[in-house]
Amino acid sequence: MAQSASPGAEAPPVMELRNVSKTFGEVRSLAGVDFQVNPREIVGLLGDNGAGKSTLIKVVMGFYGPDSGGEIYFHGKRVHDWSVARARSLGIETVYQERALCEKQPIWRNMFMGRELRNRFGLLDVAAMRNECSRLMSEHMGFTSTAVHPDNVVATMSGGEKQGVAITRALHFEAELVILDEPTMGLSLSETKKTLDFVRSIKAAGKSAIFIDHNIFNIYPVVDRLYVLDRGKVAGVFNRADITMDQLIERLYHVARTGSMELPP
Amino acid sequence: MSEEAAGVPKVGHKAAPPSLLTRYGSQMGIVGVGFAMWLAFVIAAPRVFTDVDIYLAFAETTPLFGIVALSLTFVVITGEIDLSFPSVMALGTAIFCLVTYYGGAPWWLGLIAAGLTGVACGLLNGFLVASLNIPSLVITIGTQFLFRGLELVLMNGTGVPLLVDKYPQMHTLLREPLFGVPVQTLWMVGILIIEWLLLNRTRFGAHVFLVGDNQTSARLMGVNAGRVKIKAFVLVGVTAVFCGLLSSIYGYYFWPSTGDGSLLNTIASVFLGGTSVFGGTGSVIGTFVAAFIIGAINAGIVSAGVNAFYTQLAFGLVIVVSVVLQTLIDRRIRRQSLTGK
Repeated sequence: MAQSASPGAEAPPVMELRNVSKTFGEVRSLAGVDFQVNPREIVGLLGDNGAGKSTLIKVVMGFYGPDSGGEIYFHGKRVHDWSVARARSLGIETVYQERALCEKQPIWRNMFMGRELRNRFGLLDVAAMRNECSRLMSEHMGFTSTAVHPDNVVATMSGGEKQGVAITRALHFEAELVILDEPTMGLSLSETKKTLDFVRSIKAAGKSAIFIDHNIFNIYPVVDRLYVLDRGKVAGVFNRADITMDQLIERLYHVARTGSMELPP
Repeated sequence: MSEEAAGVPKVGHKAAPPSLLTRYGSQMGIVGVGFAMWLAFVIAAPRVFTDVDIYLAFAETTPLFGIVALSLTFVVITGEIDLSFPSVMALGTAIFCLVTYYGGAPWWLGLIAAGLTGVACGLLNGFLVASLNIPSLVITIGTQFLFRGLELVLMNGTGVPLLVDKYPQMHTLLREPLFGVPVQTLWMVGILIIEWLLLNRTRFGAHVFLVGDNQTSARLMGVNAGRVKIKAFVLVGVTAVFCGLLSSIYGYYFWPSTGDGSLLNTIASVFLGGTSVFGGTGSVIGTFVAAFIIGAINAGIVSAGVNAFYTQLAFGLVIVVSVVLQTLIDRRIRRQSLTGK
C-alpha cells in the first residue's frame, strides 16, 4: 500500500522486482534490474545468450534469492521469504528451458511434482493423480491415439511430448502467472504454433505471462510489453503498440553492437 | 462393436501401460535368482534345506541387518549412500546400556535415548551430505570411524550383558517368538509395511524418487532436496539403532564391535533388490526379498559344507553382478525407448 506510487485505482502489478542484482562469485548476471508484470499482461523478455534472462526468471520463481538491496513484490506487497514452494503456492508456474522433468519417473509423478495430491488421511492419492494425468494428456496434449500411458516413464517420450508435459503441468494448476522460458526450443513447426496458441490462451483466461525467447518472430506477435536485457541490465522496455517489428530488430542489432538501445540521431 | 460397448479400449487406442517386464523386470529377476539359489542349496545340502529349522534361523537373523537395509534403500534412491550405519548400531546400543545398565534408568528411557542417538547420527550425516554437499561415499566413511570411536571411548571398549532377568521387556519385544513366529521377522514385516507406505504413499517418498532422479528439476519445482536427503539419513540412523538393539538382545550381550560385518550384507541386499546405484529408482519390497536371499547365502554356504570364507566372495559377487546388470538393463530399456523397437 505504502509503495503504490502510481496514482489512480489501478491494480498493482502481479509481480514486481526492484533493483534486483544477482552475482555468482565474480560473475554479475543481473545488475539493478527493475521489472514488472501487470494483471492480464503478457511480457516478453528478449536478450542474447547470457543476457540474464534465465537468471531473472529464476529470481522471480524463488529459485535464486536476489543480492541484498533487491526487492520482490507480489500484488504490491513486499515478500521476504520468497521460495519456489512459496511462489508456486501463490500461483506462479514455470515451463523451464531445461523442462525440469525427472525422466526415470512415470508421467503422473512428473505432472504432480512438488504438488502431489493427497487423500484425507494425508497419504498420496495415486489413483487420482493417474486419472487426472490421463485426462490432461488426452484433453490438453492430444495423446488419445498415441501409446502414451500415465505410467510410462518420461525418458521414452519425444522432445515435443516432454514439452507437452511441462506445459500441461503449468496449465493444470491454473496459475495466475505463467513463465515460459524458451518454450519453443527444439520444437517442430506445428508444436511451436501450439505453444504460441497456448501463450495467447493465458491472456484470454485473464492470467499473466512472462515469455522468454531469443527468437523475436515468436515473441513479438503475442506480447503486450517487451523487456530487452543486455549483459544483466534492462536495455529497454517497449509497448508493442509503440514499435514495429522492424524498428525493434534494428534496435536489437544496435544493442548487440553498442550495449545501448538508443539509436544515433 | 460389442467389445467397444463393453468398455474395452477402442481399437487404435494404444495407450497401454508399460509391460510388466519393463516395470518389474529387476524385481522378477531377483525372485528368479533367489529361487535358483535355493534349488542349488537344496541339491547341495538336502538334509539341511528340507528341515524347517534352517528357515527359522533365517527368520531370526536376517532382520538383524535386513531392517536397516530397508531404510538404506531410501538413501540409495536419493542417489546417496550411508556406510556409517554399522557404527550407529553400536553407538545407539551403547547409549542404551549407559542409560539403563550404568545409569539405572528404566528400559523405555534407554530406548528413547538410543532412538535420539540414531536421529542425531542421521542428522549429522544428512547435514554433511545435503547442506555441505560432501559426497556421501566419502563422508560416511569418516562418520563411521567417528561414531565407532565415540562408542569405544564411552564404553571403554567393554561389553554389557543383556540378560532376561534384567531386561524382561526388551526380551519380550525383541527376542521371544510371538505365537511361534520369530519376532524379528514380524518386526521386519511391520517395518516393511510402514516404509512401503512412506516411500510410495507419502510426499516425502515421492520426493525421494524425484531428488534421486534429477535434483535440479526437483528443486526447480519447489522440492526441498536437502531436507528430503536429511530425512532419509535420519531414517537409516533410527533403524540402525533398532537393529543394534535387536542383534544385541538376540545375543544376550552388547559387544563393542556390534554392527561389524553387517555392512556387506546390508548393501548387497539393497543392490540385489534392484535399487539403482544411479538413484531415482528402487523398491523396499525388492530389498526385503533380497535380504532373505543374502541371509540364505550366508547359511547355505556354511551348511553346504563350503568354507565360510566363501561368503565374502559370494557377497562381493552379488554386489558387482547386480550393479552391472542394473546398468545394462537400464541402458537397454533406454535404447529401446529411443529407437521404438
